[in-house]
Amino acid sequence: MAERERALAPPNGGVFVARAEVLSADGLRRAVTRIAHEIVERNHGVAGVALVGLQTGGVPLARRLAAELERIEGQPVPLGSLDATFYRDDIGLRPLVPEAVTDIGFPLDGLTVVLVDDVLFTGRTVRAALNALNDYGRATAVQLAVMVDRGHRELPIRPDYVGKNLPTRRDEMVDVGEAGVSIGSVVSR
Amino acid sequence: MTTAPTHLLSVADLGAEGIDAVLKVTDNFVEVSARAIPKVPALRGRTVVSLFYEDSTRTRLSFETAARRLSADVMNFSVASSSVKKGECLRDTVETIDAMGVDALVVRHGSAGVPRQVAGWVGASVVNAGDGAHEHPTQALLDCYTIRQRRGSLEGLRIAIVGDVKHSRVARSGVLAFSALGAEVTLVAPPTLLPPSLAGWPATVSHDLDGVLAKADVVYLLRMQSERMTEALLPSLREYTAAYGLTRRRAALLPDDALVMHPGPLNRGVEIAAEVADLPGSVITAQVANGVAVRMAVLYLLLGGPG
Repeated sequence: MAERERALAPPNGGVFVARAEVLSADGLRRAVTRIAHEIVERNHGVAGVALVGLQTGGVPLARRLAAELERIEGQPVPLGSLDATFYRDDIGLRPLVPEAVTDIGFPLDGLTVVLVDDVLFTGRTVRAALNALNDYGRATAVQLAVMVDRGHRELPIRPDYVGKNLPTRRDEMVDVGEAGVSIGSVVSR
Repeated sequence: MTTAPTHLLSVADLGAEGIDAVLKVTDNFVEVSARAIPKVPALRGRTVVSLFYEDSTRTRLSFETAARRLSADVMNFSVASSSVKKGECLRDTVETIDAMGVDALVVRHGSAGVPRQVAGWVGASVVNAGDGAHEHPTQALLDCYTIRQRRGSLEGLRIAIVGDVKHSRVARSGVLAFSALGAEVTLVAPPTLLPPSLAGWPATVSHDLDGVLAKADVVYLLRMQSERMTEALLPSLREYTAAYGLTRRRAALLPDDALVMHPGPLNRGVEIAAEVADLPGSVITAQVANGVAVRMAVLYLLLGGPG
């Protein structure tokens, strides 16, 4: 789940105020293209590769990556979306309601799954997603693609493909959208 | 910050917004239920106890399946093999179970208001699984979900609830939930099977089933509760079927896309003709399947928040 959505959703409330642009729309597009090429290179093509976007921020990104991979390799890549809410480790600590329904229309057995998210922060969402993926079949391998790695990991998780490494303060907020990537903070309304 | 609800005792407590919230999360659990491994770790370490003072197959199994699919531990209390047989009173039984450290009590009882009473005695969340002729909120929720699944929305739908309204908690919860979501509800029953007063019920009454059926989007048949029929309310079951049963002839009056619903267990040949229950418009098995997902949503929303 995109941290921006979570921070803005009730009960937190508030508005995201951007401080600086980190990637322009063009920069974002180039990063998607580069990551797509890296995926092709690492996996020697896209045969046996599937993309799974994490709800909600990773889903549009996964869609863009899938289009790019198809353009490069000339063959479609299976695309799914995953909501890992029920696998989170903070259930019971705060109200957690899923934002969307998981949609993985193909068995993962034998595939190399590239998990896609917009921002990698503590790594807890990815941990939940890895457990969730397991319930959809035994993937041969799982790789992680993120647009922004902002540090502050709390678990031994690292990305395989990164759009941009961005040093941040813990209390800052990173927003990934169509128009690019910006950094800022959430102020209460 | 709004505090999450701790009990589900009545549809009236939920309101349209609360019903919507449950139905939205139900979508996720329908997806979970369709998977090869229909289980998520969301309520690991939580304990759910089903406390049934009345017979039940589907509701009890449905709740227990729901709890297990959320990875909760399930304890099962059946009156027949418990200390109730030694004369233990309800409050002592409930407080004993609560003292074992349970997180939710799913309560069914023959008397109206018992779940609310129990909620006042325990620290656990209480879910009403049917109390006397009062309410059966999870049944209403799964009915709303099933209708929404087929028709997109309940807004403006004409829903006929037919049969023993007087003794039916399903009818009570259904009327409240359907009307909260914008449906027009008509109760169809002989006068002897209607409650003495319908003041405050957001529904109209008719005794003309044929007329209602021709314009109905949903016909909801209630079970003839012969075990509750202590008074002579009907001349005979055959007479009831003739006037209020969904016979094959009557089913032909329904619009083509109308849904036929029933909370189960079916009395084939009484309130519903055997072959009508198997028509394409019949969503009775979908109701049962959705029941598990809806109860998963209810348990998750009650137990998944900060405790």
